[in-house]
Amino acid sequence: MLLTLLAATAFGLVRVRNLFAVVMLAGVYSLLSAGLFTVMDAVDVAFTEAAVGAGISTVLFLGALALCGTRESKPVHTPILPLFVVCLTGIALVYGTMDMPPFGDASNPVHHHVADHYLEESEHEIGIPNVVTSVLASYRGYDTMGETTVVFAAAVGVMILLARGRRRTREDAPGEGSASPPTGGRSTRETPR
Amino acid sequence: MREEIIVRVGAKILAPFIITFALYVHFHGDYSPGGGFQAGVILAAAFALLALVYGLDEVQRVLPPRFVRGCAALGVLIFAGAGVATMALGHGYLAYNAFAYDPAHPEGGQHYGILLVELGVLVTVFGVMVSVFYLFAGRGRREDPQ
Repeated sequence: MLLTLLAATAFGLVRVRNLFAVVMLAGVYSLLSAGLFTVMDAVDVAFTEAAVGAGISTVLFLGALALCGTRESKPVHTPILPLFVVCLTGIALVYGTMDMPPFGDASNPVHHHVADHYLEESEHEIGIPNVVTSVLASYRGYDTMGETTVVFAAAVGVMILLARGRRRTREDAPGEGSASPPTGGRSTRETPR
Repeated sequence: MREEIIVRVGAKILAPFIITFALYVHFHGDYSPGGGFQAGVILAAAFALLALVYGLDEVQRVLPPRFVRGCAALGVLIFAGAGVATMALGHGYLAYNAFAYDPAHPEGGQHYGILLVELGVLVTVFGVMVSVFYLFAGRGRREDPQ
């Protein structure tokens, strides 16, 4: 059921030309994925997906839409070559999964490397019930620290990119003002002064 | 959206609960789904909501851009500092057993260690999300004569 809705949303995403609708559909898609993760008992992942995918990133997309307008321009190329590339990649990926162990099999290697130890011992060694948290923050603490640093580095990158644009527009403001794209109708963020 | 009274009042009522929920997600991450990352995102979402409804300037009066940028860096420092603290207490880097108050039960320290590093994640994610939101939201207003 959820998968059907997910597929329908994805199809709608591709077909719709109004970018505002696309952003909303992307949020719906994230929310449906979160539901799917919940069904598969991955509540931590579902939580993250709902908060980031359906929440913050929708807001950021809206912010981007306010800058670049809400109509998608018509594609200039015929879709034949991209379709061919996508089909080829899809076939290659499906072929790659042939060697994978059967989905959901309890004897798969991924379930017996360190997972057994974590599931059985984390109650003693860490003393907290949520195994996801104990793996994330304690057993794999270095990894999480690296991730935090990556998030920080990504923000620094965004700041450098966007803040540079700001300085340039301020320097030659008269020329830039007319050349900049018109803001879309749904610019909720533009506060009147 | 300045005149939409339902939106304004609704956002004002919701915001404290969203912020409280973020703290709950952080401090209850040991027992239920959630943790620092999710809490940081939810906290940022609360301020994004306020900025959408009340305008960017109002929120930036409460949370100046300099402050949230500092948060992004501070979180990484908290995380790495937790590791340095465990080393100072004579254990390995990020070995939270160092925080145990009862030497007979070294795993007691894990709880505090995890809370501390998750706090670092929370502060970084919150700072990053709000900074990026400020940058995106602030760009559209460049043409304002001012």
